[in-house]
Amino acid sequence: MDTVQYLDDHGKPLRDIPLSHEELLQGYRALRRARHFDERALVLQRQGRLGVYPPFRGQEAAQVGVALCLKADHDWLLPSYRESAAALTFGMPISKLILSWRADPAGWGAPPDVNMVQFYIPIATQIPQAAGVAHAQRLLGKDAVAAVFIGDGGTSEGDFHEGLNFASVFNAPLLVVVQNNGWAISVPTQKQMKVQRIAQKAQGYGIPGVTVDGNDLVAVWSVAREAVARARQGEGPTLIEALTYRVAPHTSSDDPSRYRTEEETERWLKRDPILRMKNCLLHLGLWSEAQEAELTEALEGEFLAAVEEADQAKEPRPWEIVEQVYLEMQPDQLAAWKYLRGEA
Amino acid sequence: MIAERETRVLNNVQAINEALDLALAQDPRVVVFGEDVGRMGGVFRASDGLQQKYGEQRVFDTPLAESGIVGFGIGLAMAGLRPVAEIQFAGFLYPALDQILSHLGRMRHRTRGRFTVPMVIRAPYGGGVKTPEQHADSPEAVLCHVPGVKVVIPASPERAKGLLLSAIEDPDPVFFLEAIKLYRGVKGEVPEGYYTLPLGKARVVREGQAASLFCYGGMVEVCQKAAEVAAREGVGLEVVDLETLVPLDTETIVASVQKTGRAVVVYEAMRTGGFGAEIAARIAEEALDYLQAPIVRVAGWDAPYPPFSAVENYYRPDAKRVLEAVRKVLTH
Ligand SMILES: Cc1ncc(C[n+]2csc(CCOP(=O)(O)OP(=O)(O)O)c2C)c(N)n1
Repeated sequence: MDTVQYLDDHGKPLRDIPLSHEELLQGYRALRRARHFDERALVLQRQGRLGVYPPFRGQEAAQVGVALCLKADHDWLLPSYRESAAALTFGMPISKLILSWRADPAGWGAPPDVNMVQFYIPIATQIPQAAGVAHAQRLLGKDAVAAVFIGDGGTSEGDFHEGLNFASVFNAPLLVVVQNNGWAISVPTQKQMKVQRIAQKAQGYGIPGVTVDGNDLVAVWSVAREAVARARQGEGPTLIEALTYRVAPHTSSDDPSRYRTEEETERWLKRDPILRMKNCLLHLGLWSEAQEAELTEALEGEFLAAVEEADQAKEPRPWEIVEQVYLEMQPDQLAAWKYLRGEA
Repeated sequence: MIAERETRVLNNVQAINEALDLALAQDPRVVVFGEDVGRMGGVFRASDGLQQKYGEQRVFDTPLAESGIVGFGIGLAMAGLRPVAEIQFAGFLYPALDQILSHLGRMRHRTRGRFTVPMVIRAPYGGGVKTPEQHADSPEAVLCHVPGVKVVIPASPERAKGLLLSAIEDPDPVFFLEAIKLYRGVKGEVPEGYYTLPLGKARVVREGQAASLFCYGGMVEVCQKAAEVAAREGVGLEVVDLETLVPLDTETIVASVQKTGRAVVVYEAMRTGGFGAEIAARIAEEALDYLQAPIVRVAGWDAPYPPFSAVENYYRPDAKRVLEAVRKVLTH
């Protein structure tokens, strides 16, 4: 199976790029914004100002490229824990993301105009749900699509298969994006499956499967754009395998030196999606170091303002534990609520 | 008022079919789906004729995959529909437990109300009709242990119809367990047209002073039988049909114990960790001072439910075992 690629490892275009110059610039800014968030989130975590945080460094293009094709108030995003980049690009405010990774209830719900479901922690369970969300769009007469992300390990779960099967049988407008980053914590892809390409699995469901260079934003964006267009036209789901690498540890409490080599990481660092995109822009004469510095400054300003906003959120209150369990508080929740408020 | 309506004699499956029909007619958001529910109308015919009437978009068959069915329904509900899923037998809910435990009851909470799951999952449960392995399981205790869901188990056609319509209207996920034994085993007057009955309320189906029998679903019939026998011997038993297990109507339970001072809890799931233990615990917490005897449980044995065979009668509580328990609490 071919791997869709538009840029070589250094960012030089290999063929005609199906994106406008404005789009290329928009894409690069989105990549940088994601990287900035990730770096600063890890710093916050080290300072004890975030809970356990799952970084995505190295996987920016795989997430951003798909999210750029979606409309937050129309389409749906059902991300796993590692998809902060997708969430950010889709339209989640940074302050909400910070609160979310602080496990503050104030960050658990997306704003009304962002159809993103809170990050899923159990692996692959959101795929049948995403199929349902997607099918509902058709029943409701909308042309919206749902996009769902998981990792390579997630493709071993039963729900991956049940979800894809439902989506294909109902011809649901769904994108299932697998970020094949080579590892499920410490278990390499070869111990997860015998097939060479995750995209091959699409054959089993009679739907298109595409393998794309996940560190090539142009490639991911164009593949996802095509899949979204097909889905909107009622042509059903697509399985996208983005070949990428998690340069960062699995989470902020993981030590990857226990299971992988530094050489491997070094090799992938050279294929960094942001570096490649920047080189592409430089090659096309669309970018300068002055613009780079300006962007960095703007991103830092945006991030600091968001942290400030998040810090202003009120402390979670103990009785929130039993709120929103049901629409109306039932007797057992009410009793607990009163106790936690010191009223009983 | 329901009391003033015309009625018709229906069995439980017919009453459930009528409720689904009315829900589909009343609310365009309602969709009914599951294994074999479409063309065939369900293995028990609960959705008989509905696909013909409402089309394949609203009443449809799904692939044979329980986790898929529940997960798909969660997605439909989050996107604004009112899914009513059928799991062919409650003993086959197990492949969907991850969807149930991780998401169904949790979605409202984990998204702070941004996404909710107003979904109903119907499943036939319980024994008494000689089914193969796994077909007679009573997994209600497992379901009751999931925060954010409601669990309803009707015992008569009139109750089944009104409770199912309430469950479909309910803004939160509801498990609706239907005793297989009662599908065709009970008949009753069912009010015509659309009506709802409140969730979260127990009902006293027979008044008595000597002891209280707490039961639900298929065991209501068994307890009523036991109460009739006892009445002939001059012993007045009160039979309380819990109807909704979550949220539980503790008030009605406590009031009954305050009146009789004696409690027998009857359920057909295995005894250990069963829902009867929850009822006993609540009585102990809130009405201990009124008890004149220890609470006794009558339940299935701590063993898998026996398939097919005649010995299922020894597993599933019957009137005789209920009366033995009554004797115990009366002679304490
Ligand atoms: C159902 C389930 N089992 C186990 C875990 C624990 N766990 C968290 S992440 C992970 C590995 C996931 O690997 P992959 O799907 O490749 O995604 P990645 O973390 O590489 O993005 C495991 C085993 C979990 N979250 N959910």
